[in-house]
Amino acid sequence: MMGLDATRVRAVIRKELTDYRRKRSIVVTMIVMPLLFLVEPIVAIFVAPPTEPPPAMDKFVVLPLLYMLLIAVIMPSTLAAYTVVGEREQGTLEPTLTTPLSEQEFILGKSAAVLIPSVALCYAVYGVFLLAVEASAKRAVAAAVFHDRPTLLALFVFAPLVAGWAVVVGLAVSVRATEVRVAQQLGTLASLPMIVVIILLISGVIHPTFVAAAEYAVGILVADLLMLRIVARMFNRERLVTGAKATR
Amino acid sequence: MTHPATLRIARRRGKMNTSRRGRAWSVLLDGINVGSIVNEQTLDLSMEPGRHTLRLRSTRYLLSPEQSFDAFDDQTLGYVCEPRSLSPIIFTRWLVWLLISMVNHNLWISLQPDDNLSVDPTYESARTRSITPSHSRADETAPPAAAVLVHDTRAAPVAHVAAAGSTTEFALEVKDLSKRFGERTAFSEVSFNVGYGEVFGFLGPNGAGKTTTVRTLGTLIAPTSGSALVAGIPLSPENGVEIRQRIAIMPESPGLYLRLSVAENLKYFAGLYGLHHAEKRIDDALAAVNLLDRASDLCGGLSKGLRQRVGLARTLLSDPAIMFLDEPTAGLDPVASLEVHNLIIGLRQKGVTIFLTTHRLDEAEKLCDRVAIMNTKLRTVGRPSELRDQLFSRSLVVRTLATLRDPKELFSRIPAIDDWRVDDSGAYVLTVSDPKVAAPEIARALVGDGADILFIGESQHSLEDVYLELIADDVQVRRS
Repeated sequence: MMGLDATRVRAVIRKELTDYRRKRSIVVTMIVMPLLFLVEPIVAIFVAPPTEPPPAMDKFVVLPLLYMLLIAVIMPSTLAAYTVVGEREQGTLEPTLTTPLSEQEFILGKSAAVLIPSVALCYAVYGVFLLAVEASAKRAVAAAVFHDRPTLLALFVFAPLVAGWAVVVGLAVSVRATEVRVAQQLGTLASLPMIVVIILLISGVIHPTFVAAAEYAVGILVADLLMLRIVARMFNRERLVTGAKATR
Repeated sequence: MTHPATLRIARRRGKMNTSRRGRAWSVLLDGINVGSIVNEQTLDLSMEPGRHTLRLRSTRYLLSPEQSFDAFDDQTLGYVCEPRSLSPIIFTRWLVWLLISMVNHNLWISLQPDDNLSVDPTYESARTRSITPSHSRADETAPPAAAVLVHDTRAAPVAHVAAAGSTTEFALEVKDLSKRFGERTAFSEVSFNVGYGEVFGFLGPNGAGKTTTVRTLGTLIAPTSGSALVAGIPLSPENGVEIRQRIAIMPESPGLYLRLSVAENLKYFAGLYGLHHAEKRIDDALAAVNLLDRASDLCGGLSKGLRQRVGLARTLLSDPAIMFLDEPTAGLDPVASLEVHNLIIGLRQKGVTIFLTTHRLDEAEKLCDRVAIMNTKLRTVGRPSELRDQLFSRSLVVRTLATLRDPKELFSRIPAIDDWRVDDSGAYVLTVSDPKVAAPEIARALVGDGADILFIGESQHSLEDVYLELIADDVQVRRS
């Protein structure tokens, strides 16, 4: 594995974040999409009957919380899919590849530039949700929400992990795709496994214990880092610049 | 008056099972790349007295150490570097390697003061007297003067490896370089050298392989066969980062981020080159292309010509050993082209090595010290004047007021004339071996014959004539 220069990685992150801020469609999408995902959990919390006993109350509390985990998967996938192939279409990729920036630094910078705002927005949305519950939900329901510390913890721990998965698979697709539209569709498709798992959790098919959840978290972390390394290996300057398969 | 200090860096092979030469490590003095060092090599760097930082960066090992020191007048300082011998950690891979690299930047290369180096007594006495460095605090924010490579010694001579500007004669050495994409040959067995400070033109028709050659030398594409030394570094995937640190490439389309301003674009690329004190460099680069007043403008609002100039400013940022300019005036109007030409001439005067690809033969003739003409294969390399002499015999053009009565008889009497013909305008084109000898003879003969001479002068073949002479046959073959 090649050496990593923090200056170059930071330069990539800074440039990407500046670029995102200046594109209105990205800003609007990143704000509106999470808010749309907030609707169902808030409605569920506010219609939950306050007289249910604690075990039954869980299903009115845990499921909406887990539903918000989908934000962390869906939001970054489109951005990540655009990162490499989008630059290629713009014509900005080749000048960047002529600099000392290594493949690992490029991938790491691009990943971080998508992951950081995605995770920050997820946490912001969770914070908004909790504030709304605290301020306006029925006392019993609010108590049940804040009492469910394992699920809250899972939200905050799993958000960056599943977002990381969405980012690296989106990047992998972007490195190989020839068109932005194709990359974005494939990127969303590649996030499907994670979405399926979350849906299975929400629907109660999977009942993870604390130990199982911890193992799952470690597993996702390992998968994310492995995938990051695989993407760095997939990154081929010749293919990206010429569109031809690298030959020697 | 200050006297430069000398920094001596010696690299040992170490206890690691490294190759004889090992991978080249970049030597960064105050954040500026001043050269590279391989196994059993010693570098001497000259620097101004003051506070400096030394850092080594490797493309193989994850991390590099940094050492800060004070240098005094006439002092000689020494550092020794080698791969660390903690081999179990070196060979840890995958996840642990990535995690560790994010945490600690000072593990794999040992960089220690050289205790064996005898210290200048002036330094010792200066240290005990606590003499402050000669540069003032106000200078600390300014970029330090680049270190000058004074001397480069190697314990064992190693072919094709050198610190920048030290022992290689040429900025670019290309030998039998070829590139094939499947069945299609982009270029084949190309060989040439480019000297330091030279403006080298690379000409050819569309599809000749010029851009592919630039991309290959710029490490974007791997060659199929052959070899090259780029800024003294062997062209190979392992040396890609090192080479790209020494060169700058301006593609045909500048590829700017349109939502970012001019300064933001340059700041990004300055970061990619690891440049410190980038603001001054950015200002200097923009001043060189007369765009200082447009620094805050978004690149999306600039014209093509202005974007091209921003692209040029970007290549100036890293102070490269070689600049590759791929059609720098493509799509520019004459005024904008002239500005770019003047900039290139200015760079040539400063000794920058420029590799220029262009379709415009007048541009190549104006700017280039030497040109190469290629069409998949290299047709010729040389100075434009030499190429003209090689391909075309010298001739004199004679215009007379009236048509000569018997030019055949007249010209046959003059021994200096090898051959003659009449061109489309009615002028007589006389092939001669030496115009200086032939011209007076011809003039005398014409006057003696009663002819009224309007003009007699040497006919100049342009680079376009050379180009067409070499390329025209290929075009005919392709059309047929």
